[in-house]
Amino acid sequence: MDLTLSADERAFRDELRAWLESNRPEPFDGQAHSEDRDYLEYLRAWQRRLFEAGYSGLTWPAAFGGRGATPVEQSIFVEEMARANAPDVVGAIGIGLIGPTIIALGTDAQKAAYLEPILSGDQVWCQGFSEPDSGSDLASLATRAVRDGDDFIVNGQKIWTSYAHIADYCFLLVRTDRDAQKHKGITCLLVDMQSEGITVRPLRMMSGDAAFNEIFFTDVRVPATQVLGEIDGGWRVAITALMNERANLGAAVRVMLSRFLETLINALPDIPRPSSHHPNRSAAGDPLVRQQIAQAHLDLEVFRMTADRALARIATDGVPGPEGSILKLFWSELNQRLTQAAMEIAGPYSQLTDEQEVWGQISYAYLRARGNTIEAGTSEVLRNIVAERVLGFPKSY
Amino acid sequence: MDFELSKPQKLLQSSVRELLARECPTQRVRELMATETAFDEDLWQHLADQGLLGLTLPEEHEGLGLGAVDLAAVAEVMGSCCLPGPFLSNHWAATLLAASGHESLPEAYLEPIVDGTLRATVALLEASGDWDPASVTATAKAQPASGGYRLDGTKLFVSDAEIAGLILWVARLGDELAVFALNAGIANMEIEVMPAIDATRKLYRVTLADATVPADRLLAGGEQARSALTKATHEATIAACAELVGGMQWISETTVEYAKSRQQFGKPIGSFQAVQHRCADLLLRLESARSATYSAAWAVQEDDPEVDRLVSVTKAYCSDAAREVASSGIQVHGGIGFTWEHDLQLYFKRAKSNELLFGDATFHRERIARMIIDRQ
Repeated sequence: MDLTLSADERAFRDELRAWLESNRPEPFDGQAHSEDRDYLEYLRAWQRRLFEAGYSGLTWPAAFGGRGATPVEQSIFVEEMARANAPDVVGAIGIGLIGPTIIALGTDAQKAAYLEPILSGDQVWCQGFSEPDSGSDLASLATRAVRDGDDFIVNGQKIWTSYAHIADYCFLLVRTDRDAQKHKGITCLLVDMQSEGITVRPLRMMSGDAAFNEIFFTDVRVPATQVLGEIDGGWRVAITALMNERANLGAAVRVMLSRFLETLINALPDIPRPSSHHPNRSAAGDPLVRQQIAQAHLDLEVFRMTADRALARIATDGVPGPEGSILKLFWSELNQRLTQAAMEIAGPYSQLTDEQEVWGQISYAYLRARGNTIEAGTSEVLRNIVAERVLGFPKSY
Repeated sequence: MDFELSKPQKLLQSSVRELLARECPTQRVRELMATETAFDEDLWQHLADQGLLGLTLPEEHEGLGLGAVDLAAVAEVMGSCCLPGPFLSNHWAATLLAASGHESLPEAYLEPIVDGTLRATVALLEASGDWDPASVTATAKAQPASGGYRLDGTKLFVSDAEIAGLILWVARLGDELAVFALNAGIANMEIEVMPAIDATRKLYRVTLADATVPADRLLAGGEQARSALTKATHEATIAACAELVGGMQWISETTVEYAKSRQQFGKPIGSFQAVQHRCADLLLRLESARSATYSAAWAVQEDDPEVDRLVSVTKAYCSDAAREVASSGIQVHGGIGFTWEHDLQLYFKRAKSNELLFGDATFHRERIARMIIDRQ
């Protein structure tokens, strides 16, 4: 056992830290919401700068523009980006999930067409998975693709699709064989979002932002060369992508949560919390608040330790151990506990929405956190997976 | 970064596992529970023979000179067998002796501790139940005439005092903290048992009323006493967490196995999601506690500057997790889980006594709050 960083890892961290110091962009001047076009361009420019310096797609093999970085180096990257208060990358889905899947299963032509633009931020991708009648039971999806000469004709609807309103391409799951067992008749298509017959309708989340969408496909023609993997072999593609999704979300979220907790701690002295014995007390002096803040801190720390352990395991064994399967469950529920505690601590101020003030950040985070236990696998589905795959119980659904 | 135990650490674990499977099956745990002291001389000698009583002590004191990660690896196995007796209290006291910096007392006592002929314990807690040494009120007064000290006070929840030949007594000497090394049975020392739910480890009230000791009994004072106590308590706290992890592992395996075999409504209860989800949560708690315990053990071993915070994070997490896991284990077992006959009760009670030992989650959360809110 050795939990210190290796000399290579330290060198990587120091070099990155120095680079971020001099290249980090100024904070965005305006509302940093994903429906804002200027914000999108700001993020694209930042991703291009990362790409040019070789910091985009770190874990990708060098042959495809990455550095072949280890999971530990990837984790250092996420930590350092947060430490420098650097913006997120706009193509996170492409880099974290779609690119690696194309590298694993794509044709040479697909690799040539998509990998570099994904890294540079020139192409933003979305992930067309869920449908109105296919949520947790993804394999029941019904969007149809029918072969017509060299093309497929796609009809159907996707929903909860993040970034579809700004995406250039969609990583789309369709049903190509309606007679096969449900897992066996699925195909993955790489679809140009400018194709005729695609309509995107933004959906507003309960937090107020419109970061996800519905996509309607009406007789959309997709060349058969756009199949990723094998025809009717799309389930394997989907699983590869989903494993990447859960791992990636975890790393980013840990940074966001630490920042949120830090903001909350800094606000405590300004939150009045008088009691009959302590009329001038602030929240920082309230024993219950102190317990809640410490609980949030320790939850986050234990999550970090478990995530590090999972990364180290992947680096040595190539596969995640039991700790890997619980991470998404852990952070999503942790975020709900943390934001709930923040609301309680802020009292009546917690309902205010002005994001220039700490209260607005708290109420936004509280609302947004409701989605965490649903997106990328509901907590119920994840518990089923742990029970079945890790503990060896019979399938229960 | 590498989280795996090394090959020697895994060998150490398996030799302890073999020893305890042979010498301390649960039948023996139950026999010892029913005794007055829960102490087994032969079993203790076996631990000594494997070097486990001096695991992290320096080699000049006959110890093995290993680190806190090795200690955690061993304590995890002990926890999975619910080992009765004074291992934790004795380790705490031995580490405190070794860290005291005293010129002759460590030399005099560590050798018999390591070879198993002497047991030691620490008397810290008082009526306030506060694990912070700053709240100690037992007094030590210098006696200019004799050059010794007069000691007064009552210590509660002292583990294994009845079988300890040496009691490290934490007192207040003027404004400062002081630790005295007291031989058992000195004049005006009274020891009474405090019957408690975890009968595998006995607790005692130790009272000193106008006890006088010679000057050479002062083990450490002031900053030296404080830092030695901190160091020893960190190590012992990690060992307690590792025991909890071992206990949770046993509960988890036993519960999952039971849920797969117990049939109701014509199928195993482990086929129902309500039961599966409870077991999934149990695994989450166990594996998270394990990550925390070994991370903190590493921090203790390497003298990490964040060690105070990381130990508190870990003890708070493991304390709550073990109680919940033990409760879940009983719930999944149903009626049989609630009986005296089933071994779950041993682990449930150990989870509670270790939760309280070295401070529960509430205590450690307040310590964390001081560090991250008050930045102290």
